[in-house]
Amino acid sequence: MEYRQAKTGKLMIDILPDKCDFCGCCVGVCPEDAIELKEAEIFIIDERCTNCAKCVWSCPIEVIKFNKEGVLA
Amino acid sequence: MKLDYDIIVVGAGPAGSIASRFAAEKGASVLMLEKDRDVGYPVRCGEAISKAGVSEFIEPDERWISAHINKFALISPDGTEAIVEFGDAGYVLERRIFDYELAKTAAKAGAEILTRAYVNGLIIENGKVCGVKFDYRGQQKELRSKIVIGADGVESRVGRWAGLKTYIDFRDMECCVQITASNINVDDGTLYFYFGQNVAPGGYFWIFPKVNGAANIGLGVSGMVGKKKSALSFLNNFMEKNFPNAPVLTSIAGGVPSSITLEKISAPGIMLVGDAARQVNPLSGGGIASGMIGGSIAGRIAGEAVKMNKLEHILTYDKEWHNRLGKRHEIFERIKNGIYNFSDEKFNKIAHSFNSIPKEKRTLGKLFTTALFNQPSLLVDIAKVFII
Repeated sequence: MEYRQAKTGKLMIDILPDKCDFCGCCVGVCPEDAIELKEAEIFIIDERCTNCAKCVWSCPIEVIKFNKEGVLA
Repeated sequence: MKLDYDIIVVGAGPAGSIASRFAAEKGASVLMLEKDRDVGYPVRCGEAISKAGVSEFIEPDERWISAHINKFALISPDGTEAIVEFGDAGYVLERRIFDYELAKTAAKAGAEILTRAYVNGLIIENGKVCGVKFDYRGQQKELRSKIVIGADGVESRVGRWAGLKTYIDFRDMECCVQITASNINVDDGTLYFYFGQNVAPGGYFWIFPKVNGAANIGLGVSGMVGKKKSALSFLNNFMEKNFPNAPVLTSIAGGVPSSITLEKISAPGIMLVGDAARQVNPLSGGGIASGMIGGSIAGRIAGEAVKMNKLEHILTYDKEWHNRLGKRHEIFERIKNGIYNFSDEKFNKIAHSFNSIPKEKRTLGKLFTTALFNQPSLLVDIAKVFII
């Protein structure tokens, strides 16, 4: 199994783009500028993410998940 | 499109449009870039604003006024309504038309506008911002400018790329969800605010009426609350309990940076306005009026700087904003911190004692003094911002 690699090791944060409303809460609270958000496109920039989970807590509609197992590549 | 501009504004919300307009009115060449395909859509807003907040910048027009507001109802956890009456106090807007009209006023002043232009970087030379990099319909482009104004909202990255500290603490982010529902039987001149641990801990739940029995219904909770329970589940609980069969016309999520203004909102070649600068009233979460004020100051100063060929003039923006509204927002922030962590019992008690004073004396200032009577330092703050 291959995992995506975050700045500090295994990436454990996953955004479910199909359910996302692209509101930008997560981008505003991300201390690492690790989230890219376009009109209807969102993704994590793996090498910047530190798995701090602030985006997970601030997502109003539970679209960002914290997954201890890691996010598959 | 030209090859370079005096001023490039990133984002075509109210703050961006007003900044573009004021800069163009000073004779500067201005380009406003919007990442979405439409100005004004999607709407991420409760849409309530005071009359004064609008009229300073645009003649009120029934096409974008969905409801006229003359009352606030603040509802405590036990259901007690504390009602504050105003004259003709404000509006619930149709933001998708309102934003469009504001952008048109910028265009009329001479600003150019480009939609579907996603800014993904800045041109920085010798520590000064000299333009933007952006994706336009799949093509990567660059444009140079003397000044860049970041009006790119809660998700702002422009300021961050320019080296300003813009990210906000997740505890200060009010994470919001809102639906526009139909068949909502409420008074169409009243803004309803609900408080309490069950509806919106550390924030408030709102029902803002719109035309023909529709209403914006939503809430914001801080990221601290979101750790345990999301805004969405609070909204679902409320709707099941109060309006189980209401048809839902739209549903949106959004973030309100509910803090004081950033420490620095300008640097060589760059200025930030609106949500991007965190120019939101931290007590109410309202950001349209204050964003437009920020935009007007920044746009005017940027235009003057170009005209005088003295770009360091833009650094006076911080101070001017602070004197106009920044200071006031610091007071609102203190009042907010004094209020939003009240227990349900405390909210109930406040509503009961407010309702025991004579009707004609029930003002917003009085309500806050009732709430904070045992915190004398905050009473001074209230006296500064409300006419009691």
